[in-house]
Amino acid sequence: MTVALRPRAAAPWALPGAVVLVVAGTVLSMKVGARPLSWAELSDGLLHFSGAPSDFVVRHVRLPRTLCGLLAGACLGLAGTVAQGITRNPLAGPDTLGVNAGAAAAMIAVMTAGIGSLAGHVWFGFLGGAVAALTVYAIGGSGRDGATPVKLALAGAAVSALLTAVTSAFVLLDRDLFARYRYWIIGSLARAELPTVGQALPFAVAGIVLAVLLVRRLDAVALGEDASRSLGARPGPTRAAGLVAVVVLAGTATALAGPVVFVGLVAPHAARALVGTAHRWVLPLSALLAAGLVLIADVAGRVVIAPEEIHIGVTAALLGGPVFLHLVRTRKVAAL
Amino acid sequence: MTATLVVRRGPVSARIGVRGLVLATATWTAAVAVGMAAITIGEYPLPLATVLDTLAGNGSLITYDIVVTHRLPRSLTGLLVGAAFGVAGCVLQRLARNPLVSPDVIGINAGASAGAVVMIIGFGASAAWVTGGALAGAVIAALTVYAVAWRGGFSGYRLVLVGIGVAAMLGSAATFLLSRAEINAAYAAAVWLVGSLSGRTWPDVVPVAVGLGLLLPVVLALVRRLQVLELGDDLARSLSPRVGRARAVLLACAVGLSALATASAGPVGFVALVAPQIVRRVLAERSPGLVASAGTGALVVVAADLLARTAFAPRELPVGVVTAVVGAPVLIALLVRGNRIGASG
Repeated sequence: MTVALRPRAAAPWALPGAVVLVVAGTVLSMKVGARPLSWAELSDGLLHFSGAPSDFVVRHVRLPRTLCGLLAGACLGLAGTVAQGITRNPLAGPDTLGVNAGAAAAMIAVMTAGIGSLAGHVWFGFLGGAVAALTVYAIGGSGRDGATPVKLALAGAAVSALLTAVTSAFVLLDRDLFARYRYWIIGSLARAELPTVGQALPFAVAGIVLAVLLVRRLDAVALGEDASRSLGARPGPTRAAGLVAVVVLAGTATALAGPVVFVGLVAPHAARALVGTAHRWVLPLSALLAAGLVLIADVAGRVVIAPEEIHIGVTAALLGGPVFLHLVRTRKVAAL
Repeated sequence: MTATLVVRRGPVSARIGVRGLVLATATWTAAVAVGMAAITIGEYPLPLATVLDTLAGNGSLITYDIVVTHRLPRSLTGLLVGAAFGVAGCVLQRLARNPLVSPDVIGINAGASAGAVVMIIGFGASAAWVTGGALAGAVIAALTVYAVAWRGGFSGYRLVLVGIGVAAMLGSAATFLLSRAEINAAYAAAVWLVGSLSGRTWPDVVPVAVGLGLLLPVVLALVRRLQVLELGDDLARSLSPRVGRARAVLLACAVGLSALATASAGPVGFVALVAPQIVRRVLAERSPGLVASAGTGALVVVAADLLARTAFAPRELPVGVVTAVVGAPVLIALLVRGNRIGASG
């Protein structure tokens, strides 16, 4: 397998294009909705809060929602890239390493026990995701050959399946729980609040920094077990650090927007289709593409069946799916 | 430990691994035994002798109703569905050279689920229509995936990526319907989506039985090609010129098997993923172990269904919830044991 470490010359516009996408998504997300805002209302609301109705819309609805989408999208894009990098498996995502299944199981556990507010549930979800991922690493890393990509992926699939089974059992034996769970599981930005964004920010920053620090090591791991060892890179510690990054990033995204698995799964593929496999290009591009997709999907969800909304988990797949299929079909997809 | 038997009869010859043979026999024996045990256990327990008497045609009207009308078709559906998923998963994982590939990844389950959910929520349809909707959905999804992925040939990698995209779109459409439906319909759809053997009767046995009867021989005949394909596209093409056709046929068989199994019992989760992996790690051989995969799949499903029926009796869980509880610990134990064979594939 050859690994092209230079960006493909065919898509020099990819990174600037993705920046434009994110900016456009941000502007749309601020302006469009049940109550469309003019530029003047928008700047007034952001800069001179006077208590007018439009100011409340800006500060308490649009701003948290947009920030939430930006942050969740970026986290998902990075988490997916790192997860696929350390497992060297194109099917890997936050859910493969057990993070989402763990988060869902923990959410269900606290919903059943009836503790705390929704905001509190969110952090239980984070904890559940972390515990699940640690279990996956403990299983995948056991044995004499350590945490090979295949063992990590399979351990993740097995632990995810177990946790999902427990979750489904709880949900299907209790109809009230099912009624609430079916909304959470879709993923949505509709419940975004500024305090949640504030709580999530340190985690997001920590995860992003860790992912950036891993850029070079991910390239080395991509060469395969033997080649990377012979180059002096140590795949084991890289995988451990990568797993921490995935847990933090995916946990944060799930806390902000619910389990929007699809975005984290396809953003890295789209990025690789555009710029090749070097992680110093793939990581930022994947983060930008994911953030852009989340924002635009959220805006579309507000407009399509207004005054009702379609949640982001649905629109992201319906909008991002065709684009992804087009990329896969027209460009030579870079294998991991 | 790669002892093999070579069978030659006229133009037909086959190499059979001894370990594979032992494992296949053991898993099938266990699966049938659990299936029989499941017939004796339930709200109205029947001794094995009575069950056998009834099957021989000497039972009372009540035992006939319990055994032949209800429990036997349920056990049979479980066995056949498990076997079909086991074979489909084995073929798909080998073709794509990726242990995470299973029918749900390449869009088949998502298509079936979308079809069934539309039938349940959109039309409040009866069981037969749901089965038909699922079958139609699976076939449409599979055709879509292949049409999009076909570029003068199949690459396993592109197929998987296209499958992910199509599955996500269909899945989100189903989730959307689920979130807007009336709660009871949504609940019925959710149970179907997990995979259930509840209330399965003879008409449910037919699709999967026909599918296995027609497609399993084809897959078995192409086992050697499967081993060649697993070497990767370039090497496979240089070893065998008509390898592209074998790949297309094997894919079609895997799709057909999982579509029919899904129509019978819903997308019973995790079986297609776990059965081939268990076999691969136990066998420690490069042979695909198709029959053993089928046996393991069957065992996982009937054991899971028995557990699902009895653990919370009189309440019943859908079997798809429990397959992971039966299969995952085995896979985890095998992973912890750290078998080096298969570590790279």
